Amino acid sequence: MRAWAVHLAVLAALLAAGLLLPGYHTTNLARILVLATFAAGYNLAFGYTGLLSLGHAMFFAAGMYAAALPAWHWGWPAAPALLAGTAGGALMALATGALALRTAGVSFMIVTLMFAQAFALAILYFNGWTGGDEGFVIPSASRHLFGTSLAADTPRFLAAWSLFALGLLLSLALVRSRFGRVMVALRENEERARMLGINPFAAKLKVLVISGAWSGAAGAAYALLFGYAGGSFAGIQYSILPMLYVLLGGAGTTLGAVLGAGLMFYLTEFASSVTSAWLFLVGLVLVVLVLFAPKGILGWVRARLWRELP
Amino acid sequence: MLELRGLTAGYGPVTVLRGVDFAARAGEVTCVMGRNGAGKTTLMKAIMGIVPVSAGTVMLDGQAIQDLPAHLVPGKGLAWVPQGRRLFGPLTVAENLDVGGLIRGNRAKVRDHVLALFPRLRERLNQPAATLSGGEQQMLAIARALCLEPKVLLLDEPTEGLQPSMIALIREAVLRLKAEGVAVVLVEQRVEAVLRMADRVAFMAHGSVEEVAEAAALHPGARQFADFVGV
Repeated sequence: MRAWAVHLAVLAALLAAGLLLPGYHTTNLARILVLATFAAGYNLAFGYTGLLSLGHAMFFAAGMYAAALPAWHWGWPAAPALLAGTAGGALMALATGALALRTAGVSFMIVTLMFAQAFALAILYFNGWTGGDEGFVIPSASRHLFGTSLAADTPRFLAAWSLFALGLLLSLALVRSRFGRVMVALRENEERARMLGINPFAAKLKVLVISGAWSGAAGAAYALLFGYAGGSFAGIQYSILPMLYVLLGGAGTTLGAVLGAGLMFYLTEFASSVTSAWLFLVGLVLVVLVLFAPKGILGWVRARLWRELP
Repeated sequence: MLELRGLTAGYGPVTVLRGVDFAARAGEVTCVMGRNGAGKTTLMKAIMGIVPVSAGTVMLDGQAIQDLPAHLVPGKGLAWVPQGRRLFGPLTVAENLDVGGLIRGNRAKVRDHVLALFPRLRERLNQPAATLSGGEQQMLAIARALCLEPKVLLLDEPTEGLQPSMIALIREAVLRLKAEGVAVVLVEQRVEAVLRMADRVAFMAHGSVEEVAEAAALHPGARQFADFVGV
């Protein structure tokens, strides 16, 4: 009960912040919450199950294009486009996971990276359809949900918050379920899990598909809320970002993704406002974090203050 | 119950087990002894399907299981507690048991039975496994395997590195399992423990079972212990 109460309190605080802070921060929060949803999906695979993927940009971009292309080419409204994006991420994860999960560890990382690079190149190659690197703007007619334009600050924030809240609560339910324990068991010792009758391949594929659906939903939401889809979202940067968010916030903690995404977003913004060498400053902070809290901020909290933190 | 015939297995080009013949019967403790490198742990792994079998058969209740994928073997009634326990450290005792019984129905009843065998674990149900003492971890490793309701339980040096009071508790649990009709296969190096628990002892050397003796016919100074274990 305490865990649910804390999660609901965090959601309430985020909602209040989004509604009370000036418009600039409301837009920032919307972006952070969409990226946190992406990171939460990544966290299920990496933080809970130990699947170190470098290909999640592919799931994010698959969701983005599965939502944005029907909106651009055929004028689909936001709701079915969002569902198509979620399904796109899940299907991409199913197809690539079925092959990539035949490897493990570093090999899995390389194979997922290769798949993602191939997907990014395919987006550029079929630029007549995808808009290539330049991308395309989503028609405003497709950016309406329940009759409200998602281009305005507050509805956009509320949509991002709703997606994040749904993802967070589902994440919490998942990691506290029996299957959540299987995920941790696979991360801790796959051979032992197999000796208890668990099929590691099937379980990991299931996790990857869930993670892909989360990432796809985030990609679709990003396109619909910010009105743009482009090939850069399939680049390796978008595979590394969720990993950084999760490592910063705390891998294997449900709230780590949003904490990491928020901190990294504002850290990057602050650093770039004081120096052109902002990446150096961000890197320095990450080094300090790795030295003093290698399990991330909430990992540190879990180790020292609240052992039951999910 | 469990019968190995001419079992040959190894790692890639390296053959470790060479034509092992071995049997474990219901309600008996069969100890496996041998020097380091004799193939005892590989034998456990081959039975469980982790190490590929290149020749021979593993029969459980008359059914050949050596070609099954490893994750299907526990469902047939085999459970293995490896050396070094290998618990899921961040999960609590209760969660470890839950994962252990995942493929079985009737989880609550099985858990109660298991906790009756190791009452100390009942006091630690909400404690992460990584924070248990060595003896408690070993109890949990055995308890988790028992959640599979095995017909045959393979234990790889379960008392290694434990204090005498914990060894006594684990020995007591093994003897209770035996009384309940479980076939226990125990890899053990300590002669005193073997003589207290075993019904039969299989002595391994160079990847095969060289001799099987009734435990009642053995004593601490028996020739087999000197020949196969070096004590």
